[in-house]
Amino acid sequence: MTRTPRIPARARALAATLVVPALLLAACSSGGTTSGTSAAATTTADTADATPGGTLRFALGASPSGVDPQQVGSNVSIYIARQLADSLTDQDLTTGEIVPWLAESWEVSDDLTTFTFHLRDDVTFSDGTPLTATTVKANFDALTGELGATAPLAASYLAGYAGTTVVDEHTATVAFDAPNAQFLQATSTVSLAILSDATAAVDPNERLQGKVVGSGPFVLESYTQDQGAVVTRRDGYAWPSGLGENDGEAYLDKIQFTVVPESGVRAGGLASDQFDAVGDVLPQDVAQVEGAGGSVLTRTNPGVTFVLQPNVSAAPLDDVAVRQALNLAIDRQQLVDTVLSDAFEPATSVLASTTPGYTDLSDDLALDAAAAASLLDDAGWVAGADGIRAKDGEKLSIDVVYAPLFTGSQAVLELVQQQLRAVGIDLVLRQVTPADQQALLDSGDYDTYYYNVTRADADILRPQFASTGRNINHREADDVLDPLLADQLAAADPAKRADLVAQAQQEIVDQALAIPLFELAQSIGVAGDVHGVTFDASSRLLFHDAWIEQD
Amino acid sequence: MTTYVLRRVAAALVVLLAAFTVTFVVLYLLPSDPASIMLDAGTGGGGVDPAQAEALRDRLGLDQSPFQQYLQALGNAATGDLGTSFASGAPVATLIGQALPETARLTGFALLLAVVGGLGLASSASWTRSSRLRGLLLALPPLGVAVPTFWVGLVLLQLLSFRLPVFPAVGNQGFASLVLPAVTLAIPLSATIAQVLAQGMRAAWAAPYVETALAKGATRTRVQLRHVTRNAALPALTLLGVIVGNLLAGAVVVETVFSRQGFGRLVQSAVTSQDIPVVLGLVLVAALVFVVVNLLVDLAYPLLDPRTGPHLARKAA
Repeated sequence: MTRTPRIPARARALAATLVVPALLLAACSSGGTTSGTSAAATTTADTADATPGGTLRFALGASPSGVDPQQVGSNVSIYIARQLADSLTDQDLTTGEIVPWLAESWEVSDDLTTFTFHLRDDVTFSDGTPLTATTVKANFDALTGELGATAPLAASYLAGYAGTTVVDEHTATVAFDAPNAQFLQATSTVSLAILSDATAAVDPNERLQGKVVGSGPFVLESYTQDQGAVVTRRDGYAWPSGLGENDGEAYLDKIQFTVVPESGVRAGGLASDQFDAVGDVLPQDVAQVEGAGGSVLTRTNPGVTFVLQPNVSAAPLDDVAVRQALNLAIDRQQLVDTVLSDAFEPATSVLASTTPGYTDLSDDLALDAAAAASLLDDAGWVAGADGIRAKDGEKLSIDVVYAPLFTGSQAVLELVQQQLRAVGIDLVLRQVTPADQQALLDSGDYDTYYYNVTRADADILRPQFASTGRNINHREADDVLDPLLADQLAAADPAKRADLVAQAQQEIVDQALAIPLFELAQSIGVAGDVHGVTFDASSRLLFHDAWIEQD
Repeated sequence: MTTYVLRRVAAALVVLLAAFTVTFVVLYLLPSDPASIMLDAGTGGGGVDPAQAEALRDRLGLDQSPFQQYLQALGNAATGDLGTSFASGAPVATLIGQALPETARLTGFALLLAVVGGLGLASSASWTRSSRLRGLLLALPPLGVAVPTFWVGLVLLQLLSFRLPVFPAVGNQGFASLVLPAVTLAIPLSATIAQVLAQGMRAAWAAPYVETALAKGATRTRVQLRHVTRNAALPALTLLGVIVGNLLAGAVVVETVFSRQGFGRLVQSAVTSQDIPVVLGLVLVAALVFVVVNLLVDLAYPLLDPRTGPHLARKAA
């Protein structure tokens, strides 16, 4: 019916191919450059020089789905919602450690079923009401009640919720039916941000449209769907987590978020001083941003990397040898060098390198076309006249279902297609809408499923890979991976949990239940006079430290 | 005349009902499920718990049979209640009410530019005696139709917003923000209008009444304005209904490139997220606009050309 105007992916890929060498050259000549890690994740946060005041104009790459921290899931929505609300805990970006925020301290029972939070006593919401243990209970009760239907992430973090007990005014105990090792990290996420008592009772739709009251460093002034939002500084804000530099009120008077769907318009707008910062800078726009004196901040999203996840219930991917051949035939470095930019990193595990609990499996995921070919030979797949292997008259042809949510996806998959063809595997690209992708997933009518998920906790492996989860693999329950994924959720000892998670990643790669490709990165363009825009542990933006040089 | 109008109104209602029904059926034939789409968006692509999807379907009323839902939606629409958006929870009437004035401003200004541009181009080409100039002018419309709208938009932005900061690149604030999008939208339309007008004018110049007028001593300019343009305007006026449709379709592209709030952006986001109530509401409003414009065009015919009274139109209908 209607289509978003887009530069065709092929042209974009071409543009990227042309631009990337130039970028690499630039990087070499400018000396040390960091990529993909937290070192590049912040502008100069020299808060000593911070000048308060001013409005930061931010161009969002897509339309937010709303501004309720607990209900939204997309990056652009969280960029706005995160500024409005605080969470019980915060997560250190570099170490993954959970640190105090609204809760000054907490105790976790040995069996990981009860979590007691001691709240700060000086926190108020922007409507003037204080934060109490009752507020925490009201929030979690609502999320496990009717609100849960429209807050899927929060509801999944609270799975097995048995209830919250108000111990005293500032102490709340959250209990679960079963051990829940991921819950503490979950309390640091925007999905479990704490909103005012009154907000917990508001209709979910009205909350999405802006009826949310949080305790964050900014307060929502206005929100217009498909257009943007304005947030203003919260006067008297004094309870940041301490992970940032600023320990008081935000420096900026206002942040004005505008939805600008075309990437070229975002970059041009930044270069011509119509924006101070822009989201989703594409590889071909980096030169324009840097040419105008700006910089591009990048950080790898934690969670499951972009993967091809095979459906093992049908031929030919029911054969583990074929799946392993896929893993060996892909040159991940080439994906990053050729069609992405140096903001991105090749996958070295099924988890991204910024995920706490990530284990480096780069040796298992290195390119070895000869080994791939010999695995396929041994499995009886013989090369035909057209170079594609066949067995018993069946061609070695597999499809990949993907939704073009990330702009570089098609170019990446076209290159993967070439790489696989080199070892005699035919990859068929099936582009679908996000809507159809979900329907296909349910039907199981695919060979591989292409996606990624962001989460700064290794427990994300459980919903994606356990046979009792989404079961994208369409596999039977087993006695290796399923127990590993279940046990890590019950492991109270962090070292033991890390070990279980490492084993799970190894098992997934050994069985080739995922063909990891590359790590997604956020790429934010910032003008030269803007400082202190930072990422949180989930690679979402924070503006509490941000300031603009005043003339 | 009254019967004629009544008859046209009845026909318009049939068109609206048909548009509503066809859209509903098409949306239901899609294999995807709006509840899953919403939940998947809510997890940032992290996947959907079937039990949650079921709960959400109940909430949205998607658990009823399609026929029940159809009757419900139709009944509500007939009483002016377009329901609430699945994705945002905002009333559909509010969403459309916010978007429509913005798009009306954009398309209204673009239409004005297109008519002035098309008329000017065709008249100049038909009036001039220089065959070289005429050739040059007549080569412009095919070019205007052929270049992709979003490309024109990006080039205009590059030149008049990023290089020379004359107009703002995005937004709905004030007249300055309206210029570039309206020009972008007007270019293909003025080209279409110019093509149709130029053809009509060429035919008119060859007509006997032109010869008569010239023989009576009228100047070329007077003949062009008084006789040729008026006669050539009729086929162009017929096009107006189609042009309004094109304007709405073009708004989807232009509003995206220029990050403007409006009807087109709403269409794009509602279709992507399969937001059934919003899509239905948008289709109804678009069909209504289309029907009203065509009715106005039919009623305007006799004003321009006394030969086409309602009695003739009735025969044609």
